[in-house]
Amino acid sequence: MDNLDKELLKEVSNIEGELEGAYNIRKNGKATERKITQNTNIITKKDQPGIDIIVKENTKFEIVHIPVIITESGIKDVVYNDFYIGKNANVIIIAGCGIHNDEHKDSEHDGIHRFFIEEGAKVKYIEKHYGEGKGKGKKILNPITEITLKQGASMEMETIQIKGVDSTVRETRGTLGQDTNLVITEKIMTHGKQFAKTEFSLELEGENASTHVTSRSVAIDKSKQEFISHISGDNKCFAHVECDAIIKDNGIVKAIPEITANHVDANLIHEAAIGKIAGEQLIKLMTLGLNEKQAEEEIIKGFLR
Amino acid sequence: MLELKNICFTRDNKKILNHVNLKIENDKFIVITGPNGSGKSTIAKIIMGIEKPDEGQVIFNGKDITNKTVDQRAKLGFGFAFQQPVKFKGITVYDLMRISSGKELTKKEACEILSQVGLCAREYVDREVNSSLSGGELKRIEIATIMVRNPKLAIFDEPEAGIDLWSFQSLIQVFEKIQQTAKGSTIIISHQERILNIADKIILMKQGKIEKIGEKDEMLNSLLIEPTCCKIQGGGNG
Repeated sequence: MDNLDKELLKEVSNIEGELEGAYNIRKNGKATERKITQNTNIITKKDQPGIDIIVKENTKFEIVHIPVIITESGIKDVVYNDFYIGKNANVIIIAGCGIHNDEHKDSEHDGIHRFFIEEGAKVKYIEKHYGEGKGKGKKILNPITEITLKQGASMEMETIQIKGVDSTVRETRGTLGQDTNLVITEKIMTHGKQFAKTEFSLELEGENASTHVTSRSVAIDKSKQEFISHISGDNKCFAHVECDAIIKDNGIVKAIPEITANHVDANLIHEAAIGKIAGEQLIKLMTLGLNEKQAEEEIIKGFLR
Repeated sequence: MLELKNICFTRDNKKILNHVNLKIENDKFIVITGPNGSGKSTIAKIIMGIEKPDEGQVIFNGKDITNKTVDQRAKLGFGFAFQQPVKFKGITVYDLMRISSGKELTKKEACEILSQVGLCAREYVDREVNSSLSGGELKRIEIATIMVRNPKLAIFDEPEAGIDLWSFQSLIQVFEKIQQTAKGSTIIISHQERILNIADKIILMKQGKIEKIGEKDEMLNSLLIEPTCCKIQGGGNG
């Protein structure tokens, strides 16, 4: 692993030095390093590119790293990763993709991640996407996340894309069983002519299923973003979707909410707000000694924290 | 220290400030009072640079700062507490205090100041400055962000606005402390008798002009005799 690899890994998963827990590092379309533990097994798929990550039931506080890095220009890497989380297990999964592209060809990574979370299990899933490089080749990331929560299971998903990704279409689908909880926090910032589209489709099937989706995004320069959510409540359930966007320069953001109550006890809320930074926020920070540019940076930094 | 020379400010054909002249000396605690619409808040904003006068000059320590921006004035040592504290998404109490202090403020230092404004510091220091905080809490945080700057000139625009009287009673103690300990000058826009009571000087404004300036005792007596010129709200003893 050279310095560039290490830098990319640090950006997407804060990996420095020796890794804790199980891991699988994928570079330019191939698995390069892997470690399994007593509780977590990682198996290469035979029929398609990708891995199965199997966490034993009752596993307590295990960390699993699944980073992907792409340093060769012109690669289109499609990978299918399935996560099988056993009953009552409690794990943190850190996935992420960093692309470095100094050439003119496009580099693309499409990660299809499926989570099968058994009864009572808890998962925290962190996914960070990052692009860099001086070339004209685009850095493209199209992740698909599919989540199935069995009775009493919960998942917290944190997805972050702050820098350097030219185009992304992110799809997240979820099926929530009885007494389940899914919390999704998304943070996106786009610059230049970048494009980002995110689409959430969640089915709250079980009684007392609940979800909270928060999307905070900043669209700068001529970048474009779309936020789409479809939430269906098929039982006594609760859903809260919040889409909050800051636009700057000629940034464009489109938010399309869809909530469908198929049950009289479904309680579904959608909030969406798009606008530029409030003038009074800038003035407040300027009264504390920041110039306008610094004030704007602090507001955006806080907003995307 | 601060001098306003012939300040005029007109908006929507209404003369909000009409040739205002004012001198504020060092280390004074000044309260500006007067009826609604008399131009009090506009004066405060003009001093801070949030509004620009149509005519006149703002002089600070002998230098003309009329064209200086808000942040340039902040760097000169001005502090400004908003009538309606601004809310943010994601920015915490500690962030605001760190920015305001202009240095690498430690959490301990931030907590000490929060305690001084009567907030249980540990509970508040990492909270977001958003609508989950009550009006009274936001006011205290606003004051803390001013105190952490040690300003040469602190301006508080109607600290009593938007909070219940009970919350304000406890805030008065904070202002009493500021009056005793602050090193620079303080200007408070207020209708509250208990705030007027701790002033060195009281300025009465009416219809965009300074009607009267005087020492506290002299001014308070005339204001209480002539309450129609200014709706003074009694603070009670709480």
